[in-house]
Amino acid sequence: SSNEHKLNFRKSKEACLSYIQDALLQKQWKRAAEFLTCYVESLEKDYSREHIGPSEIIWRIGSEILWHHSQSSMKEFNCFMEQMKTLGVKRYLKVCLEHVFHLLCNGQIDEAYQSLSLAESWRFGEQTAIQDKEMKLIQAYRGLLDYCSWSKQKNILLEHGEDGFSDLAVEQEMHGYFRKAAVNLKEIIKIPGVWDIFVKCYVDLLEFYGDHNEARQVLNEYAYNSKFPANPNAHVYLYQFLKRQGESKKSLISALKILHDIVPSHELMIDFNTMLQKSKKRKKRRLGLEVIFAALDYAGWKENAKAWSCLARQVKQIVVSEKHLDWIKQQWNSRKDWWPAFHFSRYLAKRNWQENKSLSYEKALVAGILLGKDCKYFKYVSHQGCKAQLRRFRMLKKFVNRHNTVCLRISG
Amino acid sequence: RDFNERCAQCSEVNWGLTDGGRYYCRSCHNVTERTREVVNTDFMTNSRVQTISKGLRQQEKNDGGCEWYICEGFQLVLKKQVEALEALGVCPQMKDEILCNFWRCYLQKSKQAYCKRPAGETIKALSVCESSTDVDSDPERPSLLHLLSLSESEGDLQTDCSFASSVSKVSESTSVCSGSVDGSLYLMKNQKEKLRMTMPMTLSFCYMALLWVREPITLSELLRFVVEGHIPYLNVFQHFPEKMKLCGLDLKIFCVESWPVYEEVFNKMHELAAFLDLPRFPDITESCFLHPDMLCMKYLMEANLPDELHNWTCRVVKKIGIGEVDFLTLTPGNKSTRKVKYDVLAAAVIVVVLKLLFLLDDHYEWLLSEFAEERNKNNTEGGPYFEFKKWYEVVKHSLDVEQKKLDEERAKYLWRCEKPLFYSVKNKSKVLKRRQMVVNLQNQFGKLSGSVQCAEKPNPSSFQLSWSEEKTNGSCFHGHSLKGVLQAKRGFLTAMNPDYWLCTVKLCNENLCGHLAHYRAVEFPQSYHFVLGLFSFLLRIQPSYIHDEVCMIEHKLFDKKLCKKLKYNTVLRK
Repeated sequence: SSNEHKLNFRKSKEACLSYIQDALLQKQWKRAAEFLTCYVESLEKDYSREHIGPSEIIWRIGSEILWHHSQSSMKEFNCFMEQMKTLGVKRYLKVCLEHVFHLLCNGQIDEAYQSLSLAESWRFGEQTAIQDKEMKLIQAYRGLLDYCSWSKQKNILLEHGEDGFSDLAVEQEMHGYFRKAAVNLKEIIKIPGVWDIFVKCYVDLLEFYGDHNEARQVLNEYAYNSKFPANPNAHVYLYQFLKRQGESKKSLISALKILHDIVPSHELMIDFNTMLQKSKKRKKRRLGLEVIFAALDYAGWKENAKAWSCLARQVKQIVVSEKHLDWIKQQWNSRKDWWPAFHFSRYLAKRNWQENKSLSYEKALVAGILLGKDCKYFKYVSHQGCKAQLRRFRMLKKFVNRHNTVCLRISG
Repeated sequence: RDFNERCAQCSEVNWGLTDGGRYYCRSCHNVTERTREVVNTDFMTNSRVQTISKGLRQQEKNDGGCEWYICEGFQLVLKKQVEALEALGVCPQMKDEILCNFWRCYLQKSKQAYCKRPAGETIKALSVCESSTDVDSDPERPSLLHLLSLSESEGDLQTDCSFASSVSKVSESTSVCSGSVDGSLYLMKNQKEKLRMTMPMTLSFCYMALLWVREPITLSELLRFVVEGHIPYLNVFQHFPEKMKLCGLDLKIFCVESWPVYEEVFNKMHELAAFLDLPRFPDITESCFLHPDMLCMKYLMEANLPDELHNWTCRVVKKIGIGEVDFLTLTPGNKSTRKVKYDVLAAAVIVVVLKLLFLLDDHYEWLLSEFAEERNKNNTEGGPYFEFKKWYEVVKHSLDVEQKKLDEERAKYLWRCEKPLFYSVKNKSKVLKRRQMVVNLQNQFGKLSGSVQCAEKPNPSSFQLSWSEEKTNGSCFHGHSLKGVLQAKRGFLTAMNPDYWLCTVKLCNENLCGHLAHYRAVEFPQSYHFVLGLFSFLLRIQPSYIHDEVCMIEHKLFDKKLCKKLKYNTVLRK
């Protein structure tokens, strides 16, 4: 029917919006502004049935444009945000929060703090209760800024401390910030969520004031409470804390075990493997082998000499002792189809040799053990190494040749 | 013109002369000596004719507004529109003689004026909402919401309805709100009886008058001028005098939120002509602009096609009899004749001619083009042979550029105007605040737009695409020759192309589904789609309308062959 093709207000604005979106994607800020100018009259129509109304669209698009446009200033941006705050009471706190983020990005910490304080004091009937989550965030960020101030004061104090001066005023201020920060940070981390920065800062505060029990509790909650989303960083923070506290290897290992399960490619896997290798328990050493193999499955680790040295050390030790060869065999079974091409190609041999001799050494050792002395990688690198008359490569060649039968058992 | 006194009402010096010899102020319609109780039938000058004769009207109200009726509003709209047409060059008789008489006739037939108000229909004095508390809650009186949702509307004011309701919490006891006296009544009236006036219908009036005077403006052109802003339509109410306050239901009537659709205006015009019992319109003869021969010439030029094609369009027109006076001239009320869309018809004729000569099956036309290209290499005398391929490339390029511009213009269209619209006084302040914010934002982002904002309307022009013979890059095909596609047979020039494909073998019943055929682009050759698209752009209508006319023409053209085929089929079955 002809009605479908009627050009009306709504269709015209829909088209306008798609032009704006195209311009934004191509970073054509002037063009986006041009079309937004035509779009804003949508505010005079009611879109209460739509999911996202024009006021929200204008807020989001307008802030993008003003943020990136070369002729726009912070002043204009602020003025715009103030207008947006008046547009939708249901979104008030969200707009405040985003405005604060922009101020922070622009380095205007004080203005951000003022804005947060102002937002905190906002009350609007039942809306205040509805926007409770946003309010908590606002308080949390204010707490964060309080933490920053605390940190500054702390540094001043430490400097003065070295000089032998003790500044009571600074200390008082510092404690004041601590109290304000602690209260808000503690609140937000009670709610399930990803609060890395808040947790880190809060723990820092607690540690400084010696409340290690509280810190430990906070970190355990953050890492192990199932209501919180799975977050590798939570385990990293816990591990780092435990390390600082000088905890036993056992608790350190248990903290990292979960990290290995979630993120086998995490950089801490090297520490993990190192700890596990040294363990007296067989199970732990076996796990160590598993951990290092798993890490090297990832492309980002291909050229990590330290990781290769960990693996090299461990497999060498196993070969020499001729005990637990089955561990290597088990790990190698699922990898023997693709690791050769992934790590031990002739091209990589050449490249590794050119770029990083230590890396090629470690890798050659592993290759020699896993694939035997006739594998491309080992042959090339050891040959090059011997040609260059580097002692360790000669030793390497000897080693692999000597243990060749063992190696064949692995790769068999 | 000699009268230099300032108007008592608006202090302007802008006088016109009525036929009755009295001065009237063109800005505010103030008529001198208005206390005279003569039933003055000069409707253009004295818009308050009915109430003066009845003596019901109050002049002033608290807020400076006055009582006004919906039809007065429409009268103002029509006045503005016809003045704009005059500025475009239409003859002045159209305003003072033709349109005004049509309008007067309409008012009479629809019993809105020039008659005794029929018994039983009282107008409840519905004034602007603020004084509504003294009216009793009447269970029969529909609520604001009910009336807003009642009528089919051209716009999308439904959404404003919820806005209004959420803001002002309309309850059953508030009276229906409109600035005009009979706004609510207007929307409630049974449309079938009296052909209720709407904004698109104002354009039907204009078109009807243009047709009567046989002005060289087609309906598609008229509608294009409306969209381009040369003829007031969108937001025309902002020219209403201050005293005519608009609010509530008036908005539903006067605020449009969509562009008028060709079909709607066209059909309404015919309804109107029948309703007014008009006689047969002045003849459309061969020398008329609206005659297919003339329009074909215009469109051929605009489509950058060779002038020689005109011979062919004339032949087709003659063969199927669509150039006959009786076919072309409008006789209102005659249901048997098909209503003629002059512009679409002419475009369709050209499409048929192109099909006759080039077949347009995505194959043959390109072959012919290659053939012509070859011949052009050796062609030294006379004009070059027309090459379909070259034409396609040139025209497609221009078309794409223009279409892109048009699409952007449509997306950038500004619908609102300075005059604030509100449903009730309660949400007036909110509306004004919003308006202020919109203006602020427009300023802020307007400055960041970079390019100069040209607020100038382009000058109205009859031709959207123009091709110049002077350009030497060969992009103008008017003078090209069709020799490449024609052959001499028994002394006549006929098309080399022996085939033709019908768009549809059987025509639909227009009364049942509204169309003669149903066009889906994927089912037809791309060349055909392109040609339809070209005229669709020029006329600003959907390709399917042109397709319908093409089908109609084809069936007339090949009428005998089709009959034969049907007969043959029935014989076989037996």
